Amino acid sequence: MPAPLLSLRGLTKTYGTVRANRGIDLEVAQGSIHAILGENGAGKSTLMKLIYGVETPDAGEVIWQGNPVRLTSPAEARRQGIGMVFQHFSLFETLTVVENISLIVPGRKAELAARIRELGQEYGLEVEPRAHVHSLSVGERQRVEIIRCLMTDPRLLILDEPTSVLPPQSVTRLFQTLTRLRDRGVSILFISHKLEEIRSICDRATILRDGQVTGNIDPREHDAHDLAKMMIGRDMPAPRPAIAREPGEIRLELAGLDYRPDDPFAQSLSKISLRLHAGEILGIAGVSGNGQAELARLISGETTRPAAADEIRMMGKSVGHLGAAARRKLGFAFVPEERLGRGAVPEMSLADNSLLTAHRFGLVQRGLINRSREADFTARCIKDYDVRTPGPQAEAGALSGGNLQKFIVGREIMLAPKILFVSQPTWGVDIGAATAIRRRMVDLRNDGVAVLIISEEIEELFEICDRIQVIREGRLSPSLNVAETRVEDIGRYMIGAEERAGI
Amino acid sequence: MNAITFVLAGMLAAATPFLLAALGELIAERAGVLNLGIEGMMAVGAVIAFLTVHQFGTHSLGFLLAGLAGAALSLVFAWLSISLRANQVAAGLAIGILGQGLSALFGKNYESKTVSGLPKLSVPGLGELPVVGGLFTQDFVVWIALLATFAIWAALRFSKMGLVIRAVGENPAAARSLGYPVIAIRYGAVLFGGLMAGFAGAYASTVYTPLWADGMIAGRGWIALALVVFATWMTGRVFFGAVLFGAVSLAQLAAQAGGVNLNSQLLACLPYLVTIAVLGIISSNRRLLKVNGVASLGKTYIP
Repeated sequence: MPAPLLSLRGLTKTYGTVRANRGIDLEVAQGSIHAILGENGAGKSTLMKLIYGVETPDAGEVIWQGNPVRLTSPAEARRQGIGMVFQHFSLFETLTVVENISLIVPGRKAELAARIRELGQEYGLEVEPRAHVHSLSVGERQRVEIIRCLMTDPRLLILDEPTSVLPPQSVTRLFQTLTRLRDRGVSILFISHKLEEIRSICDRATILRDGQVTGNIDPREHDAHDLAKMMIGRDMPAPRPAIAREPGEIRLELAGLDYRPDDPFAQSLSKISLRLHAGEILGIAGVSGNGQAELARLISGETTRPAAADEIRMMGKSVGHLGAAARRKLGFAFVPEERLGRGAVPEMSLADNSLLTAHRFGLVQRGLINRSREADFTARCIKDYDVRTPGPQAEAGALSGGNLQKFIVGREIMLAPKILFVSQPTWGVDIGAATAIRRRMVDLRNDGVAVLIISEEIEELFEICDRIQVIREGRLSPSLNVAETRVEDIGRYMIGAEERAGI
Repeated sequence: MNAITFVLAGMLAAATPFLLAALGELIAERAGVLNLGIEGMMAVGAVIAFLTVHQFGTHSLGFLLAGLAGAALSLVFAWLSISLRANQVAAGLAIGILGQGLSALFGKNYESKTVSGLPKLSVPGLGELPVVGGLFTQDFVVWIALLATFAIWAALRFSKMGLVIRAVGENPAAARSLGYPVIAIRYGAVLFGGLMAGFAGAYASTVYTPLWADGMIAGRGWIALALVVFATWMTGRVFFGAVLFGAVSLAQLAAQAGGVNLNSQLLACLPYLVTIAVLGIISSNRRLLKVNGVASLGKTYIP
């Protein structure tokens, strides 16, 4: 057996009191696609930062092609032949593709542009070198990142959750690219928490939990259930079944909503129409950046419309001109996608954060805060929604993403809304918390609340929604009944059925 | 006709202090650092240059020392705002006030003293033309400033260094992940800004009005700062704004001298109003603003 390309021996990294990586051993073989599997917070990202030289380990050694190395900077890692594609892209939006690439690859722009085209054709990564990055789709940006890595001629390519931002057809295309790279001798470290993906493309998987390796397996020999168990350390809770029920009256209606934002980088919306009934979950699918953020602001009331437009109706009342507070008064509750700064104020305690939207529920009396009621409300939310925190006085910013999300969703549900609108309910949330949040939303639906969800995770939408509409370039597809729809159909709407696959 | 000749002949020289300071600030801001201390750095440059020229009579030495003095003051600002991560606005204001104080202190015994200016160099052939001839007859520093404008435009647009500065200004964290020394680049940009502000002050005190008076910079550093923002961080527009301001300043002087029957205070406001209006209108294109805007400007970078 040939020597491994990369071995890690006892790698340890501690941040303050958090031991992000504890004695990690890992071997990546030449020409393999190796998965690093784990929940959020399991230590995957830290491990990748250690390998790519962004952080240096407190203990342990890195052996690269048989020799111990100290990777003290990304530049050093690149020189050794390690490339990385980040989850949140490290591209510069105001620069062109070729300018971005010339930041780490020496050479004249004309030559670089020619090489970008060449690599694009060879690996199915076509992109226009002179285009500005801000005008590119997410899939195209990812291609730019991969090309940028490939131009440094790496032996090992690290991809951090590469599929989390892609529509299904682009995922297929990415996998073809990765297979082709492996066949030419490039090893790939593939970070993910999506089990089916790992089973379909990886030949080795290392599983992390709480900063430690808990398994080292061939993912093709295990089913998704096994993998999940290794990842979270216990059995997955079963999804909550939705009770068959007739949808009730229309709670939220958008009628031909047109919107042109002032911000030139924002997406315009055109002729958005949807109807959300009591006792159903409607999901809005789509690749991010297709108008979800703009739509969410219009529905929540952060962006208002002229009263005459009459495009947005809640509980039969025209609300387009009303602000967020007035809409909440009608029984609307909203969980925005950014937890820190929009869903919660990071510097404030959980108790004060509950006050932000629950102030109408007796928490404020005669203009003064009733601290004991505030504490009761917060304690109840923490208990009922299984928020892991020292208590109501904990700072919101100190909670992990999953716990804070459970708190915010819980707070909004406790307002007993008629409409609950959740944008990206489980983004960056671990599997356990994500399942809990989804069960809550199904419960709410079963109780007759109208639930609207924006999500990029198609599996999630299929699990809990009654109907799905797909948003693409600011337009909404017709409503699709989940029971009669296949994932590929949604995927086709996500990329625009009339265009070639893979955009 | 006389007024036009007068404006054409003088506008480049009038624009030069603004232009030099604004070009330096442009580089600092492109790298993501808002240096509000420009006024003080100009004041220090002005006094150092004046003392040097008064003492030794050599302008080149005066400019050199003035540039170094501006850079030294900007080094203090960089240390506060980049290394110690102080708020850029507060640190910039403090350093600016310090600079004005130092300038008053050093210049205390030179009030109303004068030095000789610089001779004008004429482009052969063009300099003798009627009306526009004055435009081609300028002192050495003006020609250097024009060259610097072109060089900075080309560097930001075409060179690797310019690319790296823009990248650091847009997203310092990403630039660091690519292995660029963000801190060092920001230091360099701020020092360049201080150097240029020192030159600008030197020009104001030893060439444009070669006479010492306390507070002689008189807000020109603030105008330079405003020019950078109104010019949406584009070199060509910084140049245009500076020349426009210089031209309108001279035009209103010509108007006063020519006996135009308007309140002189109102006329004195004119350069400010016209520059704000014109640059305000051309910077109203939000797409351009977003593409050229510096995303990390004024934000403390913590690696």
